[in-house]
Amino acid sequence: MFKNLLNKTEFLVGLTLVVMSLIIGIINPAFFSIANLFDILRSATVIGIFAMGVLIVIISGGVDVSFTAIGIFGLYVTVKLLKAWQFEGSVVVALAIAGAIGLVLGLINGFFISRFKLPTLIVTLGTSALFQGFMLFFIGSDYIRDIPAGMAKFSMANLVTITQVDGSKSNLHAGVLILVAAAIIVFIMLKYTMLGRGIYALGGSRESAERAGFNIRKIEFTIYGFVGLLSGIAGVTFGSLMRQANPFSIVGTELDVIAAVVLGGASITGGRGSVVGALLGVLLITVMNNSLILLGIPSDWQKAVVGIILIIGTGLPAIQNRQAERRMNATLAE
Amino acid sequence: MTALLYRFFSMASKGKILIIMSEEILNVSHISKSFSGVSALNDVSLTIKAGEIHCLIGENGSGKSTLIKIIAGVYEPDEGEIIINSHHYSKLTPIESIHEGIQVIYQDFSLFPNLTVAENIALNYQLERNKNWVDWGNVRKIAQNALDRINVKLNLDALVGEMPVADKQLIAISRALLQDARLIIMDEPTTALTQKEVSSLFSVIKDLQKQGISILFVSHKLNEVLDISERTMVLRNGQMVVDADASEFDTKKMVYYMTGHHVVETAYVYEENTSNEPPLLKVENLTSRNNFYDISFELKAGEILGVTGLLGSGRTGLALSLFGVFPADSGSISIDGVQVKINSIQDAIDKKIGYVPEDRLTEGLFLDQEIGKNMVVRIVDDLKGGQKLINQKSLQLQIQDWVEQLNIKTSSSQLPVKSLSGGNQQRVVLAKWLASCPRILILNGPTVGVDIGSKAELHEALRVLAKKGMGLLIMSDDIPELMQTCNRILLMRKGRIVEEFHREMVTEDELTHKLVEA
Repeated sequence: MFKNLLNKTEFLVGLTLVVMSLIIGIINPAFFSIANLFDILRSATVIGIFAMGVLIVIISGGVDVSFTAIGIFGLYVTVKLLKAWQFEGSVVVALAIAGAIGLVLGLINGFFISRFKLPTLIVTLGTSALFQGFMLFFIGSDYIRDIPAGMAKFSMANLVTITQVDGSKSNLHAGVLILVAAAIIVFIMLKYTMLGRGIYALGGSRESAERAGFNIRKIEFTIYGFVGLLSGIAGVTFGSLMRQANPFSIVGTELDVIAAVVLGGASITGGRGSVVGALLGVLLITVMNNSLILLGIPSDWQKAVVGIILIIGTGLPAIQNRQAERRMNATLAE
Repeated sequence: MTALLYRFFSMASKGKILIIMSEEILNVSHISKSFSGVSALNDVSLTIKAGEIHCLIGENGSGKSTLIKIIAGVYEPDEGEIIINSHHYSKLTPIESIHEGIQVIYQDFSLFPNLTVAENIALNYQLERNKNWVDWGNVRKIAQNALDRINVKLNLDALVGEMPVADKQLIAISRALLQDARLIIMDEPTTALTQKEVSSLFSVIKDLQKQGISILFVSHKLNEVLDISERTMVLRNGQMVVDADASEFDTKKMVYYMTGHHVVETAYVYEENTSNEPPLLKVENLTSRNNFYDISFELKAGEILGVTGLLGSGRTGLALSLFGVFPADSGSISIDGVQVKINSIQDAIDKKIGYVPEDRLTEGLFLDQEIGKNMVVRIVDDLKGGQKLINQKSLQLQIQDWVEQLNIKTSSSQLPVKSLSGGNQQRVVLAKWLASCPRILILNGPTVGVDIGSKAELHEALRVLAKKGMGLLIMSDDIPELMQTCNRILLMRKGRIVEEFHREMVTEDELTHKLVEA
């Protein structure tokens, strides 16, 4: 039983997370504070929402690098629109508009991928540059500090507030709820719908999935459309947390998100991955980015550490697989 | 599903079973099909009755797969008609074919390696019923029922990618059954199976037959066809040569029908070298943990030594170890009486040992590269001229020489290797090694997937090599092949050599019997 557990990537990632937290906490006890926990969750929110979309793409055997461009496009256009309309209402409207914009952009990806059967990495590399370039040229490139009222209100919305002994307050931002909702939806979709199983099937063997009668084109449209939708929502969440719309932000962080998902056990060749694993991967990356500084590790080195963890984290399961194969051959020989 | 079964059994009990048994499930009549002007099938007709085991044999390129694909609705015939369950089709779509109860199990099984056994079995079933939600309890129940129908026990939660080939096949069969299959077409189902697994597959097939399901068994392993077939059809060059009761066939007849000429194979006669020189290769107490133990044998120049055993007997491990891929843990290897160390492939090559792998497609060839380049890849270093550049002239001469010597049938040596048939591909692998003049050649399953005609020619090539003084080691579980090429045969079981046979003192049947008895 324990051995089975050890073979699960999720368990290994969870273990690494716990061990790392313990080490950081022993060196700097400030790590184990509610305030820090809330901080980490806040930092993990946007990357987590992105990761839920990326997870689906990776399970299906594809790679999407355009989601950050879609996110910022959704955010920037939404902010511009709401300001032009002088809209003062709820953030839900902003989320809906950005989600719709993201959906449309995602469907453009889906169109190129399913219609022309182009490699997903190439298509999304192309559209990523296209979306960003289009936005900067036609929509604008100014840095907007004064975000619409709904988003500004959302930036102060707290789910939980805890007053410390010394009177200071620690807040858990309500944006976490969006991540929780996205995670639950993706979990149910992947595990309990035929669409989700089709995504796993597609990632396992495209030819077999076709022969089994899955509508591959429909699945691909759904995948990339859904990723776009989530990316748009993540974009507005990011803008709200930062209280700004900077057209040059987020783009460039896509590899961190992909790294988190792969660390969480998703196979880059498709067919494997889970929501729990991806969330643990996101937490691990966030803890590293936020807390290595507590250990006195310079920020340049943090990147190197993330790289090392990524190589070990993805290399270990591969080595384990090879050993399992050897064991199987050995039992055959007996 | 259960309703259908129930109906079947109630009919059986009322004595109506005879009606079912003689009912025609499939009638393909006067089908012709050509691809860009080249005829692939010409006026072929085939009738399959309920509960019949029908075999379809023919060499590569004879039109077997075209015929299967027409029945499956993948190809549309140019002429002719397909009648399934008394419905007439001039063209058939894949979905219509499935709805008529036709299921094709392709060689690659079309399974999902990343999903569990239960899900692989139940997935198509749910998909066909347009389910949107997955009920995992139901998935397990469906899968369990399907496995029960062929009396097989498998771990439902295991990942299919981690299972042996034989189990994957059973999974594919149970999945086909779920789709109310009335005719299951199996395309070369035994290629990757051991003898033992083949016999358990056959008992599954006989079981299906009792349930009234027909089987179209496509193969070119003649002993299996003789074993299982009730009716046999032979295709050659897209033409139907014969379609008759299985009782009218024997191996010789089938070979004649398939190739169009009589293939006569003579056994290898080894003339023992009486001089006192040490054996070419001597292996003593060679052991590789978890693989093989205490292997000792001698191979003299001019000998062809066979090593047989079921999958997992350690024969492939032994071959790889002698070639330096997985060096042995203990024991000694001597060449010409001198002890040598073989710790890497390079060591083996330096000692003039060659290895023709089991899977030529992934281990033996650069499929997209030219035939000629594949043949000289081992010796390009020797073809360098003064400026350290390859001398194109001697390169071409070499290539020409090997194409002629091994009788490789191709219009140009500049075509990619993948354009060749299996037999010719294997000749290219052989040429690759022969070009570097090895003294010991290890061949692992030298004719897997090779036509009968080319097989005989390859065997002849091996006999000629031995006559010239090379020592050959052939790993195979194809007993007729070993009987035709080897002068001695070692039987391995569970990693050990358990018996040695001289070819003259053992019959094919005895050897087959020894091979499968556990």
